[in-house]
Amino acid sequence: MSASQPLSSAQTIALVLLRLFVGWHFLYEGVIKLYTPSWTAKGYLLSATYMESFFHWLGSDSMISLVDTLNVATLILVGAALILGFRTKIASILGIGLLLLYYLAHPPFPGHPQGITEGSYWIINKNLIEAVALVVIYLFPTSMSFGLERLFHKKEIKTQST
Amino acid sequence: MSTDKKLFGGFSRRDWLKSVAGLPILGSVWAAGWDTTEKSKLEKELLLERLNIKASPPPPSGSMEGNPVRIGLIGFGIRGEQLMRALGFATNEWLEAMAISSQEDPNDKRLEDFKAQENLNVKLVGVCDIFDVRAEDALRSFNTPDNPCKRYPTYLDLIHSGDVDAVIIATPDHWHAPMAQAAIEAGVHVYVEKPMTHTVSETYLLRDAVRRNPGAVLAVGHQHRQTLSFLTAQDAISKNTLGHISLVVTNTNRNDDNGAWQYRIHPDASPETIDWNAFLGNAPFVPFNKEHFFRWRKWWAYGSGLSGDLLTHDYDRINCVLNMGIPKYVTASGGVYTHRDGRNVPDVMQVNMDFPEFSSGSSQESGKEKGMSLVYSATLGNQFDRGTVLMGHDASMELGNILTIYADPRSTQYKEMIQDGRIDPAVPIYQYDPSANGVDAVTSATAKYFANKGLLWTYRDGKRVDSTFLHIREWLSCIRNGGNPSCGIDEGFEEAITAHMAGLSYKTGRRMEWDEETEKIITLPEEELDAILLDNSVSYVS
Repeated sequence: MSASQPLSSAQTIALVLLRLFVGWHFLYEGVIKLYTPSWTAKGYLLSATYMESFFHWLGSDSMISLVDTLNVATLILVGAALILGFRTKIASILGIGLLLLYYLAHPPFPGHPQGITEGSYWIINKNLIEAVALVVIYLFPTSMSFGLERLFHKKEIKTQST
Repeated sequence: MSTDKKLFGGFSRRDWLKSVAGLPILGSVWAAGWDTTEKSKLEKELLLERLNIKASPPPPSGSMEGNPVRIGLIGFGIRGEQLMRALGFATNEWLEAMAISSQEDPNDKRLEDFKAQENLNVKLVGVCDIFDVRAEDALRSFNTPDNPCKRYPTYLDLIHSGDVDAVIIATPDHWHAPMAQAAIEAGVHVYVEKPMTHTVSETYLLRDAVRRNPGAVLAVGHQHRQTLSFLTAQDAISKNTLGHISLVVTNTNRNDDNGAWQYRIHPDASPETIDWNAFLGNAPFVPFNKEHFFRWRKWWAYGSGLSGDLLTHDYDRINCVLNMGIPKYVTASGGVYTHRDGRNVPDVMQVNMDFPEFSSGSSQESGKEKGMSLVYSATLGNQFDRGTVLMGHDASMELGNILTIYADPRSTQYKEMIQDGRIDPAVPIYQYDPSANGVDAVTSATAKYFANKGLLWTYRDGKRVDSTFLHIREWLSCIRNGGNPSCGIDEGFEEAITAHMAGLSYKTGRRMEWDEETEKIITLPEEELDAILLDNSVSYVS
């Protein structure tokens, strides 16, 4: 990646939109789960079709409440960070981790049971696409153009210049 | 260090906007999520308030304190072994096999569940089995310094030994009533497997014996009575949630050898190790036959096929919820269509049970609706899961471990809510899953998919429990603390008569009629009904 070629405004806007939309999706999923006390990932984990023993362990009685709490917390934190433009690199990594877990529990591998989906997938599904979107967000940080980090960025510039 | 004002001196309004514009977006998304969940919660609460169904667990059966109940087991076969585990006694072989299995598969919780099972404070003092190998198997595991246990030559020796307070009967069907009756007459409590009896006349005799000996508690082994969702179903129906139920469909679908009663024939079985005459009992004489001994469910002489083995479960489940009693008419048909191996009980069977006077309630003008059919449909050649459905004018209830209610698009009582879009007939208006945190009025397709896959087990107080354990515990509680078992003599009488009417209709091709006043089957008054029911001559293998 060359740092010498600054992004055009249109490219920056597109990247900011990507970041906001992914953040929006994460946050909304997290908030809905937060306010739905009966929600649990148990069914999703227990019906895993890949790496079953790991996901069954996550879905076991002793783990599930911790797993549910961490899932909701991560969704909300990643969503808020991406929308606000604050610590987006670490948020992207956390988001990728979460999405890969969702992906691996029910991967659309050829020959694997697909369960209920709203579309048709072969190897690539929306979880994976969203994870790759987060890779892009990680590699092209935009928080200094649009986001809270702009404040600190400006502050740094100012501090250096005085 | 300069002041903040100075620090941000170069900040334009545009910079500020670009820095903090995420905040209102975050606020909006958060508010939208909160609003959506609140609205759906309100809708659910409104619907649940309207339906007012109580999803409360049944009261636990009473205390197990006091002197240990001394138990004798008659019949240590497949079911006998399961019942012993429910009672707290597992064979060494089973414990070893489960230990290996749980090592190989950490999700195999059978051993863990067994060890966590409550101690029922009983002693297993006697065992009776006419196959030496099984009797010795039982003694090897159960006769310990803590629990001295011995073998009795016959069931009468066991019952009259004075060593037992109660017996568990897990024998072929043709021995259920004679053994249960002998025990009850001797004041010994009885847990008898279903069907309660093998003939019509035995059903009356056993009921008379129980009525004459109120001190002895008889329970019939319909452990489904303990299923948590059934009490909720009772409550839903008593609140007229379904409206007039005109049809109930229940099914058996199995497609494997074990399900078709092709049980394993033990290699050590021989006339030397099996007391053949004791097996035959009141059945017609045939020379020693391993197939008859181990696969007795396939012949009317010892078992009763689908009507006795499996219809009884489904009938009792519905009777537990609707309490509709014995059907006025029973018509049955079927044949040996999937296992033409010399058996004479059908392996495909349809039974129509009619209750012309029964009503579960109505939401329409008085007198318009009355009467209900219960259809039992079974095959041992296909295992497609068809579920149990109670079909009312206002709603349909799918009854399993999970209870689900769907409004009917043409319902009278939900008409306005359907018109307002507050009820979608394609989405359950009520779902009760005892394993989940609580009641969910509207469920997602995915949750249903998981539930249907059997991934969400039945729990009680957060623990996975075996319903047979709960059923035996209830029986022991009645012995210790008084009260009536949920499936006692009256429920057993209804179950047995219904099963026998189905068997008789299948054999005669006639509609069997029950007269409630005289408590008699009034079809074919000149005929010896038991002789027809037991008739072993019909074979469908040409």
